[in-house]
Amino acid sequence: MVYLTRIEHFNAAHKLYNEGWSREQNEAVFGKCANENWHGHNYELYVTIKGIPDSETGFLFDVKKLSGIINGLVIEKLDHKNLNMDVDFMKGKMCSTENLAIAIWEQLSSSLPEGVQLHCIKLYETPRIYVEYFGE
Amino acid sequence: MSRVAVFRREHFNAAHRLFNPAWDDKKNDEVFGKCNNPNYHGHNYELEIKITGEPDPETGYVIDLKKLSDIVTENVLDKFDHKNLNLDTTYFVKLNPTAENIAVVIYEILRKKIDPALDLKVRLYETGRNFVEYPA
Repeated sequence: MVYLTRIEHFNAAHKLYNEGWSREQNEAVFGKCANENWHGHNYELYVTIKGIPDSETGFLFDVKKLSGIINGLVIEKLDHKNLNMDVDFMKGKMCSTENLAIAIWEQLSSSLPEGVQLHCIKLYETPRIYVEYFGE
Repeated sequence: MSRVAVFRREHFNAAHRLFNPAWDDKKNDEVFGKCNNPNYHGHNYELEIKITGEPDPETGYVIDLKKLSDIVTENVLDKFDHKNLNLDTTYFVKLNPTAENIAVVIYEILRKKIDPALDLKVRLYETGRNFVEYPA
């Protein structure tokens, strides 16, 4: 079994705000992340797949094709967007890094060819904050 | 005495949008591309402040870096961090919040707060690969 990681990045605006709560409660829980007019991040996305390298190509999966899938299903929908307002697969969800990683997993997991499994979505919100999701 | 440069690195996360209100949507899209997204996008900005001068004979400091950090935090970070640069700050009402203009604004803010005998330079990273410096 080999693990292969492709790194991509996107820049986006978001806010952490629960519409079911008062402004005071949102500010108490989310602090400055609840800023009404948004803030933003440079997100770094690590997509790790696993499988057995093909005997004829030596590839687990063509990384150019993997990059194309990630860009088509994830990056083009997130890059230079407002995560709360512009992204179909985040509608109705809290735009935390945790939920974004889960949503990215759901976008990608069914789009990989047979024999290639998604192993991990690792998402950096800042250089010092990241989450990992293994589909569990 | 020898002149020495000292640096303080800070960061802030903010949303912004690049557009010229005097232009129509088509021209804004042509010039600013996805940076013109009406619902904003965002970045993790990395800020480097460079102070150059002669070390004080009594302290050995060019500038007390804790005091410099406090000046940057109070006058820049508290105004920009987790904010929308277009909507939440007073500096970009008529000025496009490009990395270039943000660096000039930060320089002008800090220049007033730092001993005129010391040289000041601002370097601002908008992404890991895009950064600007002022004065040039």
